[in-house]
Amino acid sequence: MSSTFVDKLDGLEDIHPQDKWLRTDMLPHIWCPGCGLGIVLNAYIKAAEKMQIPREKRVVVSGIGCSGRAAGYLNQDSFHTTHGRAVAFATGIKVARPDLNVTVLSGDGDLFAIGGNHFIHAARRNMDIKVICVNNFNYGMTGGQGGPTTPVGAKTSTTPYGCFEHPFNLPWLAATCGAVYVARWTTLDSRRLRDSIAEALTKKGFAFVEVISPCPVGYGRPNKIGSGLDEMKMYMDKWDLRPPNWITEEGSNPRDADISLGKPIVVGKFVDIERPTFLDLYWSILPHKEEKPLNEVEKKQVAGAKA
Amino acid sequence: MLTGAHFMNGDVAAAEGAIAAGCRFFAGYPITPATEVAERMAERLPEVNGRYIQMEDEIASMAAILGASSAGMKSMTSTSGPGFSLMMENIGLGVMMEIPCVVVDVQRGGPSTGLPTLVAQQDMMQARWGSHGDYALVAYCPNSPQEMFDLAIMAFNTSERYRIPVLLMADESIGHMTEKVTIPDKDTIALITRKKPTVPPEQYIPFKPDEDLIPPMAMAGEGYSVRMTGLTHDEFGRPAINLETQAKLIPRLTEKIRSHADEIAMFEETSVDDADVVVVAYGITSRCMRRSVELARKEGVKAGLFRLITAWPFPEKRIRELATRIKGFVVPEINLGQMVYEVERVVAGQVPVRAVTYHGGGLPDPDLTLKAIQDVLK
Repeated sequence: MSSTFVDKLDGLEDIHPQDKWLRTDMLPHIWCPGCGLGIVLNAYIKAAEKMQIPREKRVVVSGIGCSGRAAGYLNQDSFHTTHGRAVAFATGIKVARPDLNVTVLSGDGDLFAIGGNHFIHAARRNMDIKVICVNNFNYGMTGGQGGPTTPVGAKTSTTPYGCFEHPFNLPWLAATCGAVYVARWTTLDSRRLRDSIAEALTKKGFAFVEVISPCPVGYGRPNKIGSGLDEMKMYMDKWDLRPPNWITEEGSNPRDADISLGKPIVVGKFVDIERPTFLDLYWSILPHKEEKPLNEVEKKQVAGAKA
Repeated sequence: MLTGAHFMNGDVAAAEGAIAAGCRFFAGYPITPATEVAERMAERLPEVNGRYIQMEDEIASMAAILGASSAGMKSMTSTSGPGFSLMMENIGLGVMMEIPCVVVDVQRGGPSTGLPTLVAQQDMMQARWGSHGDYALVAYCPNSPQEMFDLAIMAFNTSERYRIPVLLMADESIGHMTEKVTIPDKDTIALITRKKPTVPPEQYIPFKPDEDLIPPMAMAGEGYSVRMTGLTHDEFGRPAINLETQAKLIPRLTEKIRSHADEIAMFEETSVDDADVVVVAYGITSRCMRRSVELARKEGVKAGLFRLITAWPFPEKRIRELATRIKGFVVPEINLGQMVYEVERVVAGQVPVRAVTYHGGGLPDPDLTLKAIQDVLK
């Protein structure tokens, strides 16, 4: 008996160019109309394709929530783990199999509320994993509650009078914790997003891409933004979106990338630096008595670390 | 690889047992009285081309060993009470994703921060029921550094065989006790590794069990497009939030252990054959109670010692047999009564069962157990 997604593959390949990378037996997806997650998933697929990362080397790990479901839609190794723990799970995969391209794709609540500790430590270690955060300013799956990225004054089901907590500035957080690649885009910037994820996927070290993404049901409705498209229009108009790479062109600092209602959403690439990764230091500092011979990938790493 | 006779403590022996079992990934967080396991792994794993990582907490440690094992490395973590509590959620993820791994819990007194440096056996029920939902797993109870070594190997073999997290439920006294540990030649240690798929990727159905209820496991990076989720899932690994899928998956996850319980369960009997009273004990308590049994015998009471080597699955078949012919059970533990509930459940009122409880912080007094042996016959 063969699996259904493979059976369907031939017939569906002509329908959508991305189908061969998706588990079509899982479609239609669970995401709401107007949600930005499809754009992000598409950007990941296109980026991995562009960088010619073979399917068997790609791993996506996700946590819980709407974004958490992204992993399961990909026809490649995918792990849908517990709430907030995707980065720690991905760390285990990467350390065990350094040759794999390991990406965490998850939401703002998952990565930065319940999972915040794992994020900052993975960035500190410069663990060679990629984190794509789909930031929709709320907990969508559970029905639109406020979270660590909800802007001050924004309404959610648990901030009915407006949010009275400061949100995280995610690019600044990632940069200060040691990420070697930090960028932010909106789902409106689909091509820039694709190219940025492509850069991140091949960047050695801890790479972070934040994607501001519409959530018409959980966030758009209580804030009277309208549809997903309206929210994307708001990125462009009402929130005064700066030109791409504004921040890098101006030599600005991710400190200035905080998000508040009515102010511009700063997008661009903030950080692109080199720093030894966890495994670089591991191979260069620790003794290897080679009771079991190193495989080719490990040999290269040891050689690279010693060079 | 180490071989021959060594003088080492239980924590170190557990680390050596893991390495002998083929463990090559360890993620942990310092905690008394389990820290020596991590320290030994930090020193030894690089020598055998293994990987050691100190994580930011026990939640991350547990998640990381699941990740590493899903990528093909035999993996372990170690902890004590507070950290064990933090690991519970991801132990459940290991059960759900059927990822082999080993967790060492060197028990100390609780609740909360409790007695970091002092002994207890208060996590025994948490070992069985601590993660939410219905599940079954295996927990061993070593009572010497030698057994820390031997049962660490056994724990890996069982986790690989059944695709489950396996717990090594030690206690502070065993973890910190230093004794002779004999490490056999590598070639004489029988190792089990997880079943791998025998079909090509396009025919692989990741959670379709064989007759033994255990599905073959493909690892990340092998081209099998592994799909795993903590959600209730069908045989293809697809989330399926419905009654039918739950009805198929959850009983199988439990049944794969229950149907092999007799094969997995381990115990040791001393002077039980002619006994009227049987003392059921485990870990350090089982060593203290040898004296109770000896004292009882000297007084003419036919007492015996039944030592649990697996707490879970509980060796209920043998306890049930004994209940039909002996006059009473005595169950001393360094807690206020945990495994005694299992004994009571299995004995089902046929003969008296007496708990001898200790609050933790020190070793149990053999005289109190002796008194219970005398009382249970009255």
